[in-house]
Amino acid sequence: MASLLQSRTPSLSFSSSLCSTPVIRPSAFLLKPRSGSRIPVVRAKIREIFMPALSSTMTEGKIVSWIKSEGDVLSKGESVVVVESDKADMDVETFYDGILAAIVVNEGETAPVGTAIGILAETEDEISEAKAKATSQSSSAPAPSAPNVEESSPAPKVDAPSPAVAAAPAPTSAPSTPGKVVATPYAKKLAKQHKVDIGKLVGTGPFGRITPEDVEKAAGITPAPKSNVAVPPAPAASAAPAAVPPKAPASFPEIPGSTVVPFTTMQAAVSKNMVESLSVPTFRVGYPIATDALDALYEKVKPKGVTMTALLAKAAAMALAQHPVVNTTCKDGKSFTYNSSINIAVAVAINGGLITPVLQDADKLDLYLLSQKWKELVEKARAKQLQPNEYNSGTFTLSNLGMFGVDRFDAILPPGQGAIMAVGASKPTVIADKDGFFSVKNKMLVNVTADHRIIYGADLAAFLQTFSKIIENPESLTM
Amino acid sequence: MQASVSSLSISHPNSTFPSNISLCGLRQEALRIHSVSQLNKRESRRIRIVSRKSCLQKRLVSVSASASENCGPPKSFDYDLVIIGAGVGGHGAALHAVEKGLKTAIVEGDVVGGTCVNRGCVPSKALLAVSGRMRELQNEHHMKALGLQVAAAGYDRQAVADHANNLASKIRNNLTNSMRSLGVDILTGFGTILGPQKVKYGKVGFPNNVITAKDIIIATGSVPFVPRGIEVDGKTVITSDHALKLEVVPDWIAIVGSGYIGLEFSDVYTALGSEVTFIEALDLLMPGFDPEIGKLAQRVLINPRKIDYHTGVFATKITPAKDGKPVIIELTDAKTKEPKDTLEVDAALIATGRAPFTKGLGLENINVETQRGFVPVDERMRVIDANGNLVPHLYCIGDANGKMMLAHAASAQGISVVEQVTGRDHVLNHLSIPAACFTHPEISMVGLTEPQAKEKAEKEGFEISIAKTSFKANTKALAENEGEGLAKLIYRPDSGEILGVHIFGMHAADLIHEASNAIALGTRVQDIKFAVHAHPTLSEVLDELFKSAKINASVTEPVGEPVAV
Repeated sequence: MASLLQSRTPSLSFSSSLCSTPVIRPSAFLLKPRSGSRIPVVRAKIREIFMPALSSTMTEGKIVSWIKSEGDVLSKGESVVVVESDKADMDVETFYDGILAAIVVNEGETAPVGTAIGILAETEDEISEAKAKATSQSSSAPAPSAPNVEESSPAPKVDAPSPAVAAAPAPTSAPSTPGKVVATPYAKKLAKQHKVDIGKLVGTGPFGRITPEDVEKAAGITPAPKSNVAVPPAPAASAAPAAVPPKAPASFPEIPGSTVVPFTTMQAAVSKNMVESLSVPTFRVGYPIATDALDALYEKVKPKGVTMTALLAKAAAMALAQHPVVNTTCKDGKSFTYNSSINIAVAVAINGGLITPVLQDADKLDLYLLSQKWKELVEKARAKQLQPNEYNSGTFTLSNLGMFGVDRFDAILPPGQGAIMAVGASKPTVIADKDGFFSVKNKMLVNVTADHRIIYGADLAAFLQTFSKIIENPESLTM
Repeated sequence: MQASVSSLSISHPNSTFPSNISLCGLRQEALRIHSVSQLNKRESRRIRIVSRKSCLQKRLVSVSASASENCGPPKSFDYDLVIIGAGVGGHGAALHAVEKGLKTAIVEGDVVGGTCVNRGCVPSKALLAVSGRMRELQNEHHMKALGLQVAAAGYDRQAVADHANNLASKIRNNLTNSMRSLGVDILTGFGTILGPQKVKYGKVGFPNNVITAKDIIIATGSVPFVPRGIEVDGKTVITSDHALKLEVVPDWIAIVGSGYIGLEFSDVYTALGSEVTFIEALDLLMPGFDPEIGKLAQRVLINPRKIDYHTGVFATKITPAKDGKPVIIELTDAKTKEPKDTLEVDAALIATGRAPFTKGLGLENINVETQRGFVPVDERMRVIDANGNLVPHLYCIGDANGKMMLAHAASAQGISVVEQVTGRDHVLNHLSIPAACFTHPEISMVGLTEPQAKEKAEKEGFEISIAKTSFKANTKALAENEGEGLAKLIYRPDSGEILGVHIFGMHAADLIHEASNAIALGTRVQDIKFAVHAHPTLSEVLDELFKSAKINASVTEPVGEPVAV
């Protein structure tokens, strides 16, 4: 639980107190909104009552009221204190019988999750000991912040105007009040969330202020592009900051007259996948394959509605059946995931987008069924009616640009798959055979991109050899 | 924004009037006027004397109390009713007057529609409609939960501004046409009261016209209130008047005042990508709201958004951006009066409430003294003069009297006045007037807040109970994936009287009317709980609310007549 980990940073009070018993993990507490809930305390004769994490996003809580006062005898399950989180007010109950010896964090004050807010003594004799502990607690505890939490964020003042701040930004962007750190509301929120000391940042925003991007950078997060301002149609009027250009993650030089067209959902998905693909170590292996036999077969079966796509998909599926490792996926970087079915995804360009309808169980269906299935899928894709499992269940992808005359190309491996095959055009080529005779045969180049974490060079080579045999002796395809 | 509600809290945060009703500072003003009016009843005899005394002398001669000729009022009038100010209040009064058969004229020096239509509720609703959608489209989590995929949502500032402007002109035309078609004379120019039953109007540089009327209603409304020390330049330091034109969407804007106006603008600005800093003089944000609702609203409307705040501070000096410097705001501690902090922002919106627009009305001609600009009136909107006497045939409605600075309250007051001048006594129950804040989700309320109800209960010796329901239990709200929200009923368990209803949640502004109607009509909880609501609708939130109220078994006594404030 992130909040717990954060709350264990060294500055927190319980580590400096003498309490040797472990903190109960807040996630173990049972919580119910206000009607009654049970909570924290540690196993010891003198126990601390900790600020619980009442929600996954809670980093600190405010004491709304203490239901019990110092000296009250508590029995297990009784509500002791009401805590306000970022979401709701909750009653916090004790797990133990005892006496509320001391209140460390008073009503209206705020404490980070995991710090002691009160001390519970088992018997009256221990009260004084507990109180002593409480005093040490409160002295080492973070100074009880004022009700206005925002104000108490890490020292917004730097005593001496540090030369770095003054020198770094251009004079116009220096803070107009020297020595003052100015941060925007969201920047402050982020800083708090990511525990970034805002006083140590150098602002890059207007007037030297610290922007959310600065904080994100300091916290090591890629700033989310702020993209909700569309192209303002040339606001000629008043040079007011109206014409703030959309903040791109990186600033490219603006070319006059350009228009910005936001991605469609499909394009955004492609973009996302392509960026993700960069995290996979891939390699490529090419292979020339003679296609005369295949072309002959194609001419024969074409009248029956069989497409080249179906032929290639079937051939790939049959080869994959013999080389299951090429049909695997590497999900976590630690294992092979062998897919039980061979689902051939085929890349299709559609209305400015790109989608990969999937021929499921391509090794099991015959050529004719496969062709029919393909026709249906393409129609559905045009009508934007593909179901998610019809475009994201692929285990191997086929991309064919041969019909455009492309003789070879290199495909990007889509995330979640082990390999992708790029098929070029089949062209008449002069070939010398092993006896030294020249002949002209149709040849195409296929190029497979694969995830080298799971598929090695030899695997691909063997797979391509099988594939090429199938293509060169295509009778098996019709069986 | 929401009509012209305001929290003048900044200007007098520490006043402690008996029932500090929901609408913040200005209500306190209203109450003060009210207490004056009670005094008047006792002196009603003097009213008649004064009215005889103060009859006209000559045109343009100001009436002084020394007038002694015994002249009667004019025998015939140009109009039965003249209304000064064609805002929503004046419009409501005019329409009702026509319905009652009165010959009516309305004097307007600016544009028909007043603040509400041109610089308030109406254009702000257009901006809020945009912000609501932006917020929805940007909420990836919400969209995903509904199974929707939306590519990056963007907006075109000028087109948004145009939408607001177009809406205002459309509503303005509707208003103008509705009055024209009914035969209301629209007289152009600033109206001034010359004396009893006599009004002068005309544009600057043009000859004045003088008309007489049997009754006169002042409905001149209000303008944004700008505290001392704040320099408004209309570009970087602005009021709601400028903000509604949406000429700029600053990266970072400070909003001074966290009442309705400030809240609604924070909703607009954050949805359009700005970061917001609230500056509130009181110790709590949203001081006008029921505390529980305010707390919940803060959790939803402020904490998760790109907003921070400074409470308990005055913005004592605000300098617009110039000479390459940002807007500089000096904050002073509200209690110690010591300088506390300085803010540097891109823009500042002054939303500290609204000040009455009553200058140049010629009130001195009839011996009326404004109280901090407001025209003093009694509970029947009759104007009270400097001596505490009623001025005959003169009424003041809307923001100019400060009773309840809401557009629909002004209209209701106008209708009440028309009822009176046509022979039917009528007192408006202000506790039945709902108010709404059009954030996402919305906040609405009618009647008393919990602390006010508690105070009243203690004083008058009865008990109150609270019932609450959550939007989380409502089918329609869940279908919309908008389960965040709370409805709260404050009532008397002994009689079933509804004292107040507060709603925070989707479409709260539309839901409140069932409660406000119940209060206006004196419907009790035990009766309204049998009313049927279509399923599944958001209105079932109120259905649940009424049903969950526990009324003492032996209740037979009906609720008393609604009482005015």
